[in-house]
Amino acid sequence: MAVEAVERSVTDLGRRAGSTLDEIRRRVDTVDPERLARALGWLSIGLGLAEIVTPRLVETLTGIRDRRGALRLAGARELATGIGILSRPRDARWLWARVAGDAMDLALLGEALPRSNGTTGRVVAATAAVVGVTAIDALSADRVGRDAKPGDEIAASAGATVTINRSAAELYRFWRDLRQLPRFMKHVVSVEPIGDRRSHWVAAAPAGTRIEWDAEIVEDRPNERIGWRSVGVAAVHHAGSVRFEPAPGGRGTKVTVELRYHPPGGAVGAFVAKLLGRDPAQQAQEDLRRFKQLVETGEIATNAMRADAKEAAR
Amino acid sequence: MKAVRWHGAQDVRVEDVPEPTIVNPHDAIVKVTTTAICGSDLHLYNGYIPTMKAGDILGHEFMGEVVEVGPAVENLHVGDRVVVPFPIACGRCFFCEHQLFSLCENTNPNAWMAEKLWGHSPAGIFGYSHLVGGYAGGQAEYVRVPFADVGPIKVPERLTDEQVLFLSDIFPTGWMAAEQCEIQAGDTIAVWGCGPVGQLAIKSARMLGADTVIGIDRFPERLRMARDRSGAETLDYTQVDVYDTLMEMTGGRGPDACIDAVGTEAHAPGPIVAYDRVKQALMLESDRPYALRQAITACRNGGTVSVAGVYGGLVDKIPFGSIMNRSLKIKTGQTHVHRYLRPLLERIAGGEIDPSFIITHPMPLVDAPHGYAIFDAKEDECVKVVLKP
Repeated sequence: MAVEAVERSVTDLGRRAGSTLDEIRRRVDTVDPERLARALGWLSIGLGLAEIVTPRLVETLTGIRDRRGALRLAGARELATGIGILSRPRDARWLWARVAGDAMDLALLGEALPRSNGTTGRVVAATAAVVGVTAIDALSADRVGRDAKPGDEIAASAGATVTINRSAAELYRFWRDLRQLPRFMKHVVSVEPIGDRRSHWVAAAPAGTRIEWDAEIVEDRPNERIGWRSVGVAAVHHAGSVRFEPAPGGRGTKVTVELRYHPPGGAVGAFVAKLLGRDPAQQAQEDLRRFKQLVETGEIATNAMRADAKEAAR
Repeated sequence: MKAVRWHGAQDVRVEDVPEPTIVNPHDAIVKVTTTAICGSDLHLYNGYIPTMKAGDILGHEFMGEVVEVGPAVENLHVGDRVVVPFPIACGRCFFCEHQLFSLCENTNPNAWMAEKLWGHSPAGIFGYSHLVGGYAGGQAEYVRVPFADVGPIKVPERLTDEQVLFLSDIFPTGWMAAEQCEIQAGDTIAVWGCGPVGQLAIKSARMLGADTVIGIDRFPERLRMARDRSGAETLDYTQVDVYDTLMEMTGGRGPDACIDAVGTEAHAPGPIVAYDRVKQALMLESDRPYALRQAITACRNGGTVSVAGVYGGLVDKIPFGSIMNRSLKIKTGQTHVHRYLRPLLERIAGGEIDPSFIITHPMPLVDAPHGYAIFDAKEDECVKVVLKP
C-alpha cells in the first residue's frame, strides 16, 4: 500500500472520528461518570496486563513490530493508571493520565505505520480504536473535572469516639467555647471566633509551616451536637461534627467526632500523611483522648521530665 | 542528678541527667531516699519488653521526700515522706472510680502504642518502656510524680524505708495475687517463683488464711526463705516432677489456687525450653510461659490461676482446653496498688508483717549495674536489691 493511501485512510479516519465526537459526547454525558471512569480503569488494567504478559499477541493484533520492550513499558503505565482510576474514580487527573497514555500509544502506532508492510490494515484499525478511546477518555476526564465542586472534594472521612466521665452539657459547653479547642487539638495553634458561627483557625502544618482557614458552624444543638465546615478557600476542605450522647448506666458521655475532608494531594497525599503520622483518624482519636484527659483531670498527660522539654515531647 | 539508664540488653549505666521539674499542675517532685530493682525490671534488662529507648531512666519501686508540689496538689507538702505506687492513676476516670487504678485511662500519653499491641491501653507506669507511657523512673535522685494528689502515701517516721518501700509494688502485688485466689479455710495455694513477689505472695496467702502454701523454685536460698519466713512447703522443680508432687501433696486433687509469680522469662527443665527459646528468637512468641502452663495444668477443677508475673505480648501452647473443661478462673493484672496502700501500711505499722525480710543486697545507687547483674544471674544468693541514691 502506498504512503498516500495510508495518509488518506488516516485522514478519513480522523474525519469520521470528528463527526462522531458529538455522538460520543452525548453518550458519555448520559452515563454515570464514576461508572464510566471505573470501566476505563478496568480497560487500562486489562490492556496493561495483556501488554506485559503477552506483548507478542498485542503485536500481532495491532500490527506493531519488534516493540515488545516499549509495549511492556506501556503495559506498566496502563496498570498504574488503571489502579489510580479505580482508587479515585472521581479524580479527573487519573483520567487525564489515560489521555496522555493514549497520545503515547498513538505515537507508537504512528511510528509503526511506515514500517507496516503487510500489517497496515491492523495498524490503521488499532489507531482508529485508540482514537475512539482517546475521545472517550478526554470527554470522561472533562466531565469528572466539571463535576468536581468544592463540596464534592470531600473524599475521605475519619471518625473517633471516647467515653468521658462528665455530663453532655459540660462537654458541649467546653467544646462550644471554640477558643478552648487548641488546648487539646494537637496541631491547632489558635481558634478565633468571628461572630457567633464563624471562626478563624490556624494550624501547624508539616515542615514548620502554618495553614489558616475559616470555618462556620452549620449545626448547633446544645448539649447534643455541633457541626461545622470550612468556608472560602481552605487548604483542606473539610466538614465535621461532634456528638455528645449520654452513655448507658450513668457512665458519662459518649463523644463521637466525624470528619469528612479532601486530603491535599488526593490518595497520595493521604498516604504521605499517614507516613508522617498525620493520619486524620489517628489524629482525631488522639485529640479526643486529650480532650478527655483535660476535662476529667484538668491536665494532659505527658512523660516530659521538665517543663522546658514539654513542647519538644509533644 | 544521677540516674540509672537503660542502653540496651544487659547494659544499664548510672549517668548524669537534668533534674526533673514540675510540668503539670498535679505533679510533685520526690527526692528519692530508697529505690529497688524489681524482678520485672529484669525483663527490661534482658530486652524482652518492646519500646525501650536508649537513655530511658529505669525503676518503679521508690520512695522519698516531697521537695516541690504543683499548684493543684493540696494533700501533699514539701517535706512529706511518701511511698509512690508504680502505676500512675488520675483518680477521676471510670477505672479509677472503680478502684482499677492500673487501668487508669488518662495517664498513658502513648496509649495508641499499647492499643496497637494489646487492643486497649493500661495506665502509665514509671520507668517501664514507652508502651506504658515512657515516664522517667525512680532509680534516680529525683522523680517527677504526676497525679501526686492521688498516688503517693505518707508514711510514719517510726517505720524505716526498708519496711515501707515495697508498698510501691511488690507487697501489694503479692497481696493482690493471693487476694485473687479468694482463699477459703483449708485451701492449699501453690506459688510458682520464690523471688520477691513470690515470697510476699506466700506471706500474703498465709495472712489471708491459706492452710498450706507451697513455694516452687530452683534456688535453695529462696526455698529456704519461703520455709523460714512464711512456713511454706517447698518444691525444687529441678529435683521433682512438679505436677506429680503437687498431686501427692493435695490428695490427687491439685492446689485450690495457683499463683504465677514468674512471668515471661521462666526457666524449665527439658526440651520445652528449646522450643520456646527458638520461637522467642524468631519473634513467633514473645514470652516463655512454662510456669503458667504448669500452674494451669496443676490447678484443681474449678480453681483459680492468679497471674502476678509480667507478660509482654504473645504466648502459645496455653492449654485453654484445660481451662475451659475444668472451669478454671484466670485472674491477673498490673497491681491496683493505690487500693492496697492504706490497709497494707496498717498491717506493717501493726507489726503483722515486715516485708524487708526479702532484702539481701542493699547498695548505693551508683552500683546499680552490679545490682542488675547479680540479681539477673541469681548470684551471691541475691533475692532483692535495694538502692540508696
